[in-house]
Amino acid sequence: MSGPDDVAIVGVGATPYYFRGESYPQTITELACKAILAACDDAGIDVTQLDGFAYYSGASAGYGETMDTATFMEILGIPEVTFSAALTSGGGGSAGAIGLARAAIIAGDATHVVTVMSLQQRKQRLGTVFGAATLNPQNSFLMPSGLIGPGHLMSVLARRHMHLYGTRREAFAEVAISTRHNALNRPKAQKRTPLTPEDYFGARMIADPLCLFDFCLETDGAVAVITAGLDRARDLRHPPATVVACAHGGRREWGRAFAWYGMSDPHFASSGHAPVAEHLYRRAGVGPADIDVALIYDHFTPMVIMQLEDYGFCPRGEGGPFVESGAIRYEGGTLPVNTHGGQLSEAYIIGMTHIVEAVEQIRGNAINQVPGTELALATGGPAALPVSGLILGRDR
Amino acid sequence: MTTPLSSTLPTGGIRITTDAATEPYWQAAKARRLVAPRCTACGAFRFPPGPFCPECRSQDVDWVNISAGTVFSFSIVRHLPGMKDLVLVPVVVEFPEAPGVHIVSNIIDIDPDDVHIGMIVEPDFVDIADNWKLPVFRGPRAACDSTDQLPAVPEKEST
Repeated sequence: MSGPDDVAIVGVGATPYYFRGESYPQTITELACKAILAACDDAGIDVTQLDGFAYYSGASAGYGETMDTATFMEILGIPEVTFSAALTSGGGGSAGAIGLARAAIIAGDATHVVTVMSLQQRKQRLGTVFGAATLNPQNSFLMPSGLIGPGHLMSVLARRHMHLYGTRREAFAEVAISTRHNALNRPKAQKRTPLTPEDYFGARMIADPLCLFDFCLETDGAVAVITAGLDRARDLRHPPATVVACAHGGRREWGRAFAWYGMSDPHFASSGHAPVAEHLYRRAGVGPADIDVALIYDHFTPMVIMQLEDYGFCPRGEGGPFVESGAIRYEGGTLPVNTHGGQLSEAYIIGMTHIVEAVEQIRGNAINQVPGTELALATGGPAALPVSGLILGRDR
Repeated sequence: MTTPLSSTLPTGGIRITTDAATEPYWQAAKARRLVAPRCTACGAFRFPPGPFCPECRSQDVDWVNISAGTVFSFSIVRHLPGMKDLVLVPVVVEFPEAPGVHIVSNIIDIDPDDVHIGMIVEPDFVDIADNWKLPVFRGPRAACDSTDQLPAVPEKEST
């Protein structure tokens, strides 16, 4: 391992997870503030000590709303901010926002940097977000087709993966069922009843080859994560979860992904993460075999399979048989995946719950703890670039 | 058993908007022609249309007629909110005449069970809002499989 290990995640916090629209009459800003205060409490710092904000998704809050640093300062009484910036595009930057926080800290621009996502789907739900998008010359080539949500869009990638590699719906089912299993014992999880193969294969097809259970939840809530320099982190409440490496970006061949569909094979039936994974492992000085637990952005089951391939846990095209072998299960698997129940069964806060779970696995206090975890991977995306990855480790 | 045939979204509600780079595509569709932009300087196709060739950065473009393509991938969409009886087959089509061009639209008037990757589809045009026409695709007219010959030579058209 040769990562810089110069910053660490020192605090995590979240609101309760609500079903779509049920967080009303709280506002998105109120939800975000609650998560920020909870993360400060977890870190053992006062909210007035926050001096940096590192967002992703252009500081948007879910769909069509925004977060704003000055508003947070006004409401929470934060006296001065010395860094406020966001990664571009959408959820693909979730894990990468920790790299933005690191950049601020290493540059000496800020000392306690918060990354926050808040969403409330009362006005606009995830499931139809593309159909409701404002018309522009680029999406005029996409929106007439009726691919109204991200799951509809990614079903086209899943079909190509099945065609090229023989991937079966049984593999998608395994992702959905194993992820649900991990949510059963979690008090905050939105789905706490077992999912059976009969449930899965009996569900309605929303965008064939994807059925209801291939789609993530539509959640209201907020999650915040605080990053600080390693020396500072050692003075705080919890053992530091060090940033071993973080990377965001991607290649032109993936580009706007399912918002343009210009990808050729093998990029089309992938997650777009392969170049990010390469940078991530090189910066960390580790490989896929060193990862103890993988928190894989799971908005839709096939994209978990394609990320497992792009992160080198199995060869390209073999993600289906890999998951069908039981490899990603918490109990009995070789690579426990989404031990928190993921976005499919715990809550969907646009990638933030994966970072929280990675921190808890490194601290050793996760509900579904993987014994002896030294390295945890969290990913953001697949989405239009940038997509991102983060490896957390123990303080050495 | 009769399966409902696929359609588009209700056409009166389908809207598009254009900019200087994309408008020729939609103007050609109004004339029931499917076209793709090819760089005059280096011959590379690009899609969707943009103001530069991503291979050589030239801004000179020829609009080339394209016709039949093959299904690169597709979905079958049902149960859209408020449109319970609608069946859509959103499709990504590739074109031997225009390497790298992927056009996203719908295959219409087909039993979704008959759609497969690699099948040949032909463009057609449906009226949408604001007097535009939307390029859509149809399966082969006669019952046949995807071993049909595809046209290989692009027809060049002046800019």
